[in-house]
Amino acid sequence: MTRWLLILFTAFGLSGCGYNDFQRLDEQTKSAWSEVLNQYQRRADLVPNIVATVKGEANFEQETLTKVVEARAKATSVQVTPETLNNPAAFQKFQQAQGELSGALSRLLVVSERYPDLKANQGFRDLRVQLEGTENRITVARNRYIQTVQEYNVLTRSFPNNLTAMVFNYEPKATFAVANEAQISAPPQVDFGKAK
Amino acid sequence: MLPARTGWARIAIFLIAISGWLSPGWAQELQPVPPLAARVTDLTATLDAIQIKGLDDKLAALEQSKGSQVAFLMVATTLPEDITSYANRVANAWKIGRKGVGDGVLLVVAKDDRKVRIEVAKTLEGAIPDLAARQIIDEAITPNFRAGNYAAGLQAAADQITARINGEALPEPARRPSGNSAGSGAGFNWFDLAIFLFFAVPIAGAALRGILGRKLGALVTGGGVGAIAMFVTSSLVIGGIAAVVALLFALLSGGLGGLGSRRGSGGWGAGPFIGGMGGMGSGGGWSGGGGGGGFSSGGGGDFGGGGASGDW
Repeated sequence: MTRWLLILFTAFGLSGCGYNDFQRLDEQTKSAWSEVLNQYQRRADLVPNIVATVKGEANFEQETLTKVVEARAKATSVQVTPETLNNPAAFQKFQQAQGELSGALSRLLVVSERYPDLKANQGFRDLRVQLEGTENRITVARNRYIQTVQEYNVLTRSFPNNLTAMVFNYEPKATFAVANEAQISAPPQVDFGKAK
Repeated sequence: MLPARTGWARIAIFLIAISGWLSPGWAQELQPVPPLAARVTDLTATLDAIQIKGLDDKLAALEQSKGSQVAFLMVATTLPEDITSYANRVANAWKIGRKGVGDGVLLVVAKDDRKVRIEVAKTLEGAIPDLAARQIIDEAITPNFRAGNYAAGLQAAADQITARINGEALPEPARRPSGNSAGSGAGFNWFDLAIFLFFAVPIAGAALRGILGRKLGALVTGGGVGAIAMFVTSSLVIGGIAAVVALLFALLSGGLGGLGSRRGSGGWGAGPFIGGMGGMGSGGGWSGGGGGGGFSSGGGGDFGGGGASGDW
């Protein structure tokens, strides 16, 4: 009898301490993270097509192109496992690699503005639309991941669930941060007088 | 003691900060999501009533034949957000698209920003890929908008979106006899009500009998059931019948099951049953009633950022 009571108490106690919530949110963050990876993969798959199209353009800036290719190679070489979520350093590395690819791609698009033939190329225009759509999807997927992780982390840190988290060793999960925070928070220097 | 206290204070501050962050104060800077009242929402007063009616008819016909929900929204500006994130925010707040299918499209026009976006729910990303959305913008919307012909642009966009969706194999729309959505709504609630009462009357009856005694408990059970039935069906007669049936049931079952052990087991059973019922009630078709002839979102649309933007 006491044993049954104990089991019953433990069952209710666990659900009362948010054990089930931890499991639910843990799975949610995992699936949200998969969606992020999925969309990043979609972008990585798009890059070779873009590079091929741009290469067709005679005397396109080689340096920009090389940077894109390199950044893609780097981004796809970062090994991502489910443990990445619980490892801030690996997460940081992944984010940095993807950020570099974002930067290289946007520079490519800016540079492409200087080539009228390329801009008029229907294939390149289509690829641009697809790239834009993919970037949007990445943004949405990242936002959803951030929200889920926020929910999970609040659960991990608020009472009484923090006790459960302590017992089962649930750590707050890593989330996306802006890479160049200091750069963004600094107000832009606008000086029309000296510009030439 | 001191570190513990600061720890508590930190948690408290953290929670307050979170709640403050989630409260409307945070959202003040962004453009609010307008309420969804019709398929075509024009907050800029650009379209006249006839044009809105024409567009609405087109989109309504699509929903009738195909089931997909398409909504148009015209706003003055989306600043400080760009149109992409604003459109995504609105789309995910409205959740247009059938429940379980999620086929919705939202077209947002930011008139003063001269920007337009077609936001496509995940289900329809195959029917309207980003390139197709861009094509619709380039061919239908941009030329007309440049000429200041907003209604024509939107009409053409509605036609092209319709054509795209018609080419997609989607689940059949629910065939409702036209004109009496209220009737079918009531039928749906009947079923819910029957299941609800099937569980609720014995449990609530037993509980109330235990608290108030047999006669008073049965009376209260009958009254409660009558009130619920009347509220759901909004019919006095049905409420009255339900009340009498419940009263008799509670009285009779009270007479049969007077033993203490039985009552005890009933009490044990009540916990999970009531828990299960709470879920059932909230999952029921209260919100899916279809509204009073207007447009209501199916609530199934999930917008993952698909679609395309353009300007004119």
